[in-house]
Amino acid sequence: MVPDTDWPETLLHVVSGKGGTGKSTVAAALALSLAQSGRRVMLMEVEGRQGIAQMFDTPPLPHEERRIASAPNGGEVWALAVEPEEALLEYLELFYNLRRAGSVLRKMGAIEFVTTVAPGLRDVLLTGKAIELTRRKDKGISPAYDAVVLDAPPTGRITRFLNINTEIAGLAKVGPIRSQADSVMSVLRSKRTAIHLVTLLEEMPVQETLDGIAEIRDAALPIGSVIVNMRRPHVPHEQEIVELTDRKRISAGLAHAGLDKRKTIIAEALFIEAREHAARLDMESVERARIADTGLPVYDLPIISGGIDTAALYELAVLLNEQGLA
Amino acid sequence: MSGQMRPLDGPALDIEQLIQDPRTRIIVCCGSGGVGKTTTAAALGLRAAENGRSVCVLTIDPARRLAQAMGLTVLDNTPRPVTGINTARGGSLSAMMLDMKRTFDEVVESHSDQARAQHILANPFYQALSSSFAGTQEYMAMEKLSQLRAQADRDGTWDLIIVDTPPSRSALDFLDAPERLSSFLDGKFIRILSAPARGAGKGIGRLVGAGVGLFAGVLNKVLGAQLLSDLGTFVAAIDTMFGGFRQRAVETYALLAAEGTAFVVVAAPERDALREASFFVDRLSADHMPLAGLVVNRMQNANADDLSADQARAAAERIEDEDAMVASLLTMHAMRLDEAARQRRLVARFSGAHPSVSLRGVPALAQDVHDLEGLREIGALLGQPT
Repeated sequence: MVPDTDWPETLLHVVSGKGGTGKSTVAAALALSLAQSGRRVMLMEVEGRQGIAQMFDTPPLPHEERRIASAPNGGEVWALAVEPEEALLEYLELFYNLRRAGSVLRKMGAIEFVTTVAPGLRDVLLTGKAIELTRRKDKGISPAYDAVVLDAPPTGRITRFLNINTEIAGLAKVGPIRSQADSVMSVLRSKRTAIHLVTLLEEMPVQETLDGIAEIRDAALPIGSVIVNMRRPHVPHEQEIVELTDRKRISAGLAHAGLDKRKTIIAEALFIEAREHAARLDMESVERARIADTGLPVYDLPIISGGIDTAALYELAVLLNEQGLA
Repeated sequence: MSGQMRPLDGPALDIEQLIQDPRTRIIVCCGSGGVGKTTTAAALGLRAAENGRSVCVLTIDPARRLAQAMGLTVLDNTPRPVTGINTARGGSLSAMMLDMKRTFDEVVESHSDQARAQHILANPFYQALSSSFAGTQEYMAMEKLSQLRAQADRDGTWDLIIVDTPPSRSALDFLDAPERLSSFLDGKFIRILSAPARGAGKGIGRLVGAGVGLFAGVLNKVLGAQLLSDLGTFVAAIDTMFGGFRQRAVETYALLAAEGTAFVVVAAPERDALREASFFVDRLSADHMPLAGLVVNRMQNANADDLSADQARAAAERIEDEDAMVASLLTMHAMRLDEAARQRRLVARFSGAHPSVSLRGVPALAQDVHDLEGLREIGALLGQPT
C-alpha cells in the first residue's frame, strides 16, 4: 500500500519545538503514524531524558535499537536513546574500523573531551547517527528503516544542532572528517529531510517558532511544517459565550439549574471565566494567523485530557495520518 | 481575578523572606524549557529591587517582549539599569542578556597576554567553540556570574544577583566542570594534541612515549593531518589558560555551594516539567547545593471554588435543554476544576517523592508577561504570604 502523505520523499523527520510544547509526544505519534502503513520506523532520542521509554511505558532504553510498538499491516516502531559515548565508539568503528581504540581513547581523556568538554562534538555524533540510520541497508539491499523520526533538541538550538557539520566542514578543509561532514549535510539539506516545529497557540511558543523558521531558512535547511499541539476542544455555544455581556443572563440559567442560593457569586465567577475564554480565543486566532503567514503546512493535534500514554499516542497517530503528515 | 491560591501540599517556600534576607546574595533559577524560568527570575529581581535591594538579573535568552520590558535592547554583555521601577525604598535593578561569545573572549583576554589573546581569538577552532557549540552557554553563564559577583564584592554595585540558566538538562553541567576539566587536563590527550605544534621535528610517539602510537594513529586517521595540526596549534595556544579555567571552575563551584546562594527550581504543573524538576532537585542535593525550593508556575485557578466539578456537571445536565449556553459554561467550569485538581495531584506526587522540598504555586495569568506591570504582578503572587 502506498501511503497518501504530504511528505513522500522524506526519510528523516526532525521534530523540534519550544520546551513544554510536547515535541517528544508529537515525535512518538509521528513515528507511530508513519508505521501505520506497514513501514518500519526508527524513533531516535538524543537528550538522555528517556522520554520514549516513559511514553511507551517500557524500562529505560539502553543505547541499542529496540522494537517498542507495532502497527497494522506489519508496521513497526523501533527506538534508540543515543548515548554520546557509545555513539563515538560506534562512529569510530563504522567509519574507521577502530572500535578497539575505545579503551585507549578513554585512558587518554579523549572521550571526556569529545562528549563533554567540547559538547558541540556531541551534536556531530548525534546527527551522524541519524543519517546512518536513514542510510542503513538490511543485507545490503532494502533499507533497514523506511523512515527515521528524530526527537531533536528544542527550537532555540535546532539550527545550530543540524548545522554543526557545516561548522566542522569549515574547520576541516580536507580529510575524512570533512567528507563525513559533507555527506551528512547533503542529506540534511535535501528533500529527504523535513524539520517540523511543534508549537502551542500561545504568544511565546509561536514567536519562538517564527524565529526558528527564519533561522532554519537562513541556514538553507529544509523546513517542513508547523504542528499545533494541545489544541483546546471546541466549546458548545462558543459564540454566545464570547458575546456574553450580562451576568444576569447567567444567573437566570443558574436559577433554573437549582443553584438559586449562590447564583450571584457563581454567575460572577462564570462570567469571568467566559471573558477569559473569549480572550483566549482572540489570542488563538491572532497566533494562528501568524503561523499561517509562514506559508507552511500546518497540522493540528488536540489536548489529551489525563496525560499521554501509549493509547493516546495511537490516537494522535491516527489524526496525523488523516491530515496527511504521514 | 487571579488572586489567592490554595497552598500546595508540602512545606511552603517563603519567597518574600528569601529575597528580603540580606544574606541572600545569589539566586540561581533552573528548570526545563517553557516553564517561565526567565519570567520568574525577572519578577524576583523586580520585587527584590522595589523592596530596597540592589539587584542584577542575568538572563540567558529572554523572549523578545520580556527583554524589551526590561529595556534590554542592546546586547553588550554589561548590566544596564532598568527604568520604570519604584526606587522609593532605595533599591535598584539592572539587567543583562548573556553574550556567550563575548564572555568567552573576555575569559581569553583575562588569562593571556594581548598577543596570545589575538592569536587565539583568530583561530577557527576557537571561533567555532565560542559561538556555535552547544554547551558553551552553560559554562559562560557561570563565568559571567563569577564576574558579576567579583564586581559586586569589589565596588558594592549589587547585593543580589539573580541568574537564569539555559533551558536544558545540561544547565547543571557546570557543576561537573571542575572534574571534567581535570580529567581532560590530566589526561595525555591534550599533550598529544598540542605535541606537533610544540615540538617541531619530534614525532608524537617519541614525545609522549610508547603505547600511544595507536592513539596517535587514530587521531591522524580520524582527523586528518591538516585538521590535527590546526587543532594542535589551537590547543597549544590555549594550553597555558587551562590551569586558569580549572581554577575558575573550582571557585565558581565553591561560590554556588556557599551560604548566600539559593537555587530555585522552576516547573510547570505538567508531568514532564515536574520530572525534570525532580532531576534538578536530585542533582543539586547530590552536590550539596543550597536548594531554596520549587516554584510551580501557571497553576490553573478556578474562580468559584465552592461550586465543585460534580455540582457544576449535575447543574449543567439539569438545564441542558432549556439553557444550553449556561450549561456549556458550567461544563467549562467543571473542566477547569478537573484540570486544577489534576495539576495539584501532579505536584503532590512530586512532593511525596521530595517531602523536604519547599513549594510555591503561582496561578496562571490570562496573558504572557511583557511589561514591568506584568512582572510586578507575578512578583506579588510569588511573594504573597503563605
